[in-house]
Amino acid sequence: MAHPVQTHGEPGLSPVGLRGVAADFSSDQRAFKTASWGKAMMWIFLLSDTFVFGCFLIAYMTARMSTPVAWPNPSEVFALHIGGQNVPLILIAIMTFVLISSSGTMAMAVNFGYRRDRRMTAMLMLLTALLGAGFVGMQAFEWTKLITEGVRPWENPWGAAQFGSTFFMITGFHGTHVTIGVIFLLIVAHKVWRGDFDVERRGFFTSRKGRYEAVEIMGLYWHFVDLVWVFIFAFFYLW
Amino acid sequence: MSETTAHAQNQTVHAQIDTGQQHPIRLYLFVWGLLFVLSAFSYMVDYLGVQGYLRWTLILVFMMLKAGLIVAVFMHMAWERLALVYAILLPPLLVLVFVALMVSEADYTIFTRLAFFGAAP
Repeated sequence: MAHPVQTHGEPGLSPVGLRGVAADFSSDQRAFKTASWGKAMMWIFLLSDTFVFGCFLIAYMTARMSTPVAWPNPSEVFALHIGGQNVPLILIAIMTFVLISSSGTMAMAVNFGYRRDRRMTAMLMLLTALLGAGFVGMQAFEWTKLITEGVRPWENPWGAAQFGSTFFMITGFHGTHVTIGVIFLLIVAHKVWRGDFDVERRGFFTSRKGRYEAVEIMGLYWHFVDLVWVFIFAFFYLW
Repeated sequence: MSETTAHAQNQTVHAQIDTGQQHPIRLYLFVWGLLFVLSAFSYMVDYLGVQGYLRWTLILVFMMLKAGLIVAVFMHMAWERLALVYAILLPPLLVLVFVALMVSEADYTIFTRLAFFGAAP
């Protein structure tokens, strides 16, 4: 099914492809024609966050590649003792599935938001927040387990000391993002439930009219948190 | 005939209410399922103890597929104008230059450590 191209400017006149890119950037207007200022700003914030997480992962990579002391095996470190045997990385796998599920419910919340289904949107956002909180809870469990086993930012019982510092820094920063996301979700879900976006009530971070696009912008942040986890999962836990 | 009329009405309603990303729920459920399967594959790489270049290839392929699906469908990047797509996706690509710099730096650091402090335990 073809979707109509929604342009805020004059539809049909703006060229597509590379020609369109040049036209958009050189126009004496907004460069991101179909994205509102709110959406563009969220994207640019996420780009800056990409650099922050990128620097963390690069620092970790450099530390891991340049240490002469053996790096602890994440597969064993993050194993759980279940039913009399060690299952490798099981907690991390469950956390990954929980976060992906929350991304799925968030994407559907955005969809129902644009359909103006207030109840479904709010419920799906609450479910997303619940899964996010579950993720943070499991991370707290993971941190507690490692701390009782003697992992510190300056040492750990299994080898390279940098394992502790990079672990706490990277997962801690990601966990903070998830926590802020849960709070952000609850705020927007409350507004959806109250019907703020149906009456275009003014509020939130600005005094501008609230529209259901706020749900999509919130969703961009949430999906980004899931996206970062994809890279942490691959580089920190599977490497 | 009636379908086109409904479609036209639908468009008018959209235009009146809200612009934005409207895609069938089925697409989101499909991508969700795909992300689940890809994550399961990533986990299986570790669970089955695949090692060496095969491990790296599999991990990176599953990672990029997951990241691509999230950005393209969940974050609606596939439906944005190219100006936004390039503005957001090109800068992170340059991070790879930084990665290359730090890889060579890390190789140099471990080389000097081994040369001056002897073999690692």
